[in-house]
Amino acid sequence: MNLMDYFRSSRPKSASIAKERLQILVAHERRAERHQPEYLADLQRDLLAVIRKYVNVDQNAITVNMEQDENREVLELNIVLPEDAQTQPHRRRTAALSRQ
Amino acid sequence: MARIIVVTSGKGGVGKTTTSAAISMGLALRGHRTVVIDFDIGLRNLDLIMGCERRVVYDFVNVINNEASLNQALIKDKRCENLFILPASQTRDKDALSLEGVERILNELSENYDYIVCDSPAGIERGAHLAMYFADDAIVVTNPEVSSVRDSDRMLGLLASKSRRAEQNQEPIREYLLLTRYSPQRVKLGEMLSVDDVQEILSLHLLGVIPESKAVLSASNSGNPVVIDDKSDAGQAYQDVVSRYLGEEVPHRFVDEEKKGFLGRLFGGR
Repeated sequence: MNLMDYFRSSRPKSASIAKERLQILVAHERRAERHQPEYLADLQRDLLAVIRKYVNVDQNAITVNMEQDENREVLELNIVLPEDAQTQPHRRRTAALSRQ
Repeated sequence: MARIIVVTSGKGGVGKTTTSAAISMGLALRGHRTVVIDFDIGLRNLDLIMGCERRVVYDFVNVINNEASLNQALIKDKRCENLFILPASQTRDKDALSLEGVERILNELSENYDYIVCDSPAGIERGAHLAMYFADDAIVVTNPEVSSVRDSDRMLGLLASKSRRAEQNQEPIREYLLLTRYSPQRVKLGEMLSVDDVQEILSLHLLGVIPESKAVLSASNSGNPVVIDDKSDAGQAYQDVVSRYLGEEVPHRFVDEEKKGFLGRLFGGR
């Protein structure tokens, strides 16, 4: 370690920045990819069909998401209603089903 | 019945082919009948690393298309009688490999070999998928660098969901971490992710650490798998990897910085 390194040593090392970034990213991507049950895509398609019987919502208006932690799973449905379908503009309906 | 090993990574340039060559040669040198298959259709390179590029007559795709028999396409290694190489085709046809064709060849090879090493191409396209689909074991080659670690994690997700073992609800593929191009000096300076960091992020069983080494380039220059170079650090590290894969308990080497003497520290540089 030379003299310059001594003065620089208060800055965080790049390896620890890398580790922190990776831990956040990997945890996020694993949640997104690995723990989503396979039926989610089908569920989303069927829900869209049902809702479209009553309200003309956009293809991307429904998101279905499954979150898991150690002792529970939460199935979250997020439906964005179009502005002209309701008296109030742009309402969001969120339903969450949880299983302990 | 052969054990099928896929050498994979997601990211390119991390050392998959170097590792496939080294591990297949290492297994063969210990008396196991081994075949190593290049799945990188269109970008054949294993033959160069193995030093048999001038002996390629027929390739993997020829065998799949029944244009040649397996025995015609397999190249017997000149250094070790237990080792055979099945080269990739140079065709540009991306769909040259079929799932059924690959399965048929692996089944046929299974009858005569102990280990089948599948050298996966980079990426997550067809070649990479087929290389890992039938695997029993996966060696995930990773550099201590953010993009490589991330891609390895993606590959782990695919191994756990898109392989035959996953689809048929069999015992999952055994996954091993192989950290390559490791520089203990840079780790000590805080410039590089450490073995522990990578293991903590990927939570994988560590098969070995291959140090950044001049021996790897000189091995590929001459077409000799680096594992043969038993004087070199990388060669010894790969020998250890083969031992560990075969179930021996071998302590990890090349993980900590080599201690330099007083004169070495004065004049040595890095």
